[in-house]
Amino acid sequence: MNPGWIILGLIILAILWVVVTYNSLVALRNRVRNAWKQISVQLKRRYDLIPNLVETVKDYMEYEEETLEKVIKARNAATSATTPGEQARAEGAVTAALRQLFAVVENYPQLKANENVAQLMEELTSTENKIAFARQLYNDLVMKYNTRIEQFPSNIVANWFGFKPFEFFDIPEEEKAVPKVDLR
Amino acid sequence: MSLEDRIPCPHCGFLNKPDAEYCELCQKPLKKQASKSKRINFAAIPGAPVKHGRIDFYQVISKNKRNTFLLVTLFVILFASVGAAIGYLNGSYETGIIISTVIAIVWVTVSLLFGDKISLKFMNAHKISHDDEPRLFNVVEEMSIAAGIPMPEIYVIESDGMNAFSVGFKPEKSAIAVTRGLLKNLTREELQGVIGHEISHIRFYDTRLMVTISVLAGIIVIFSDVALRSYFGFGRRRYYRRSRERTGEGNILILVLMIIFIAVSPVIATILQMAISRKREYLADAGSVELTRNPAGLRKALEKLKNGNVYIDTASRGNQHLFIVNPLKADRDIRDTLFETHPPIDKRIEILRAMEA
Repeated sequence: MNPGWIILGLIILAILWVVVTYNSLVALRNRVRNAWKQISVQLKRRYDLIPNLVETVKDYMEYEEETLEKVIKARNAATSATTPGEQARAEGAVTAALRQLFAVVENYPQLKANENVAQLMEELTSTENKIAFARQLYNDLVMKYNTRIEQFPSNIVANWFGFKPFEFFDIPEEEKAVPKVDLR
Repeated sequence: MSLEDRIPCPHCGFLNKPDAEYCELCQKPLKKQASKSKRINFAAIPGAPVKHGRIDFYQVISKNKRNTFLLVTLFVILFASVGAAIGYLNGSYETGIIISTVIAIVWVTVSLLFGDKISLKFMNAHKISHDDEPRLFNVVEEMSIAAGIPMPEIYVIESDGMNAFSVGFKPEKSAIAVTRGLLKNLTREELQGVIGHEISHIRFYDTRLMVTISVLAGIIVIFSDVALRSYFGFGRRRYYRRSRERTGEGNILILVLMIIFIAVSPVIATILQMAISRKREYLADAGSVELTRNPAGLRKALEKLKNGNVYIDTASRGNQHLFIVNPLKADRDIRDTLFETHPPIDKRIEILRAMEA
């Protein structure tokens, strides 16, 4: 057999490998972007739900003005944030304020029994979970993607086509901290 | 109840009831020593491919896809041979092969396309939307976000037995069904564990393999029934006698082998169906923990299922392997036997406990 054919075969194999690797990197990168979008979708949903909840519980919780105000303030700060850092901090404050509100609601049995409130609490709890799970997925995918574009041999293709690593999502300090609940 | 009595969650600060073991809001364990080591011990799962201390789920998925393909190929050969055997007994083995192959291909195609909807119909499951069951809907959505797969359709079976199952040829076209009993008796945390298990069956392509297995096992059972009837059966004596007359000395051995094969194939099919399904229950449990990061939720759910009623009257031998726990058996003492589709529930609880530590 002519050695030319062997070389041609090897070249075709190499091209095929590049195509397959490139496509899988693109697919992975799209999954990362999609996961990031999912986080914003859920954050948006949280902004929409908060005013509803506050409006519903307001009448029952005369002595909790402060907690409610904190939630609203944090929400408004988050929606009007301009820089990513500012927004991350504001989101953290929303989460902390919400958790505090949830803890307080636990203390009002007639509030918990209200079907409207129960429904809104369920939706907000679920949205909180969805935000957490979306971040978890985002970080897992970023880990996978970053590893692939750094690892040999897929890093060759990644370098050629300029695949850039993504940043991990770090939980802001405000969310890690335990919020202080006013004890009466 | 005053706030002082409540236990603040070390993770999110939510003030939980004094007797709570896990945070009601974020579902993290409340005890200090439990929350310290958050690494999950996946090495405890039997037969799981572990890589860097975590399960290599990618490997699980590609193995499932490969196994599905292999099974279909293997079974095509198998029922072609069964067809040949039937044909031989009835005069012409070529006709047998052709007929059996055509029937099989039609059967496989139809079942893979409509199998999920058919099994849901058989079990009297009805589809629900967000407003029917907000909590269930939300939990399924949470878990599909965690897994990064499209939202499956959700069905409810009006039965008091606590059980759940999933179907679907691929994650883009899948469904999860749970019973009314499960919804009534499980907390949000426990439900999340169960749904995580079902979502994992879908994302690992277990459901594809399981659907394929039920379809193929079904074919083999039918074919061997037909074969047995045409050889020993009633109303078929004419063929029986004719084939006997043609049987020469040298063909007796082949005939005996074929009879053995015909008799044994349904047994092989059943065992295959079971053995395959047991290991993936462990893996789906692990997959659930990977999504929820909370082994206790699924563990507590399984404990409830173990001590409660899991019986569903619309479940059958043909679909029992789809469920989270076996919906048929009332007596659950003898678990780890050859003919069991599910692993012993105590073993599963034990593994989840090991992950919590």
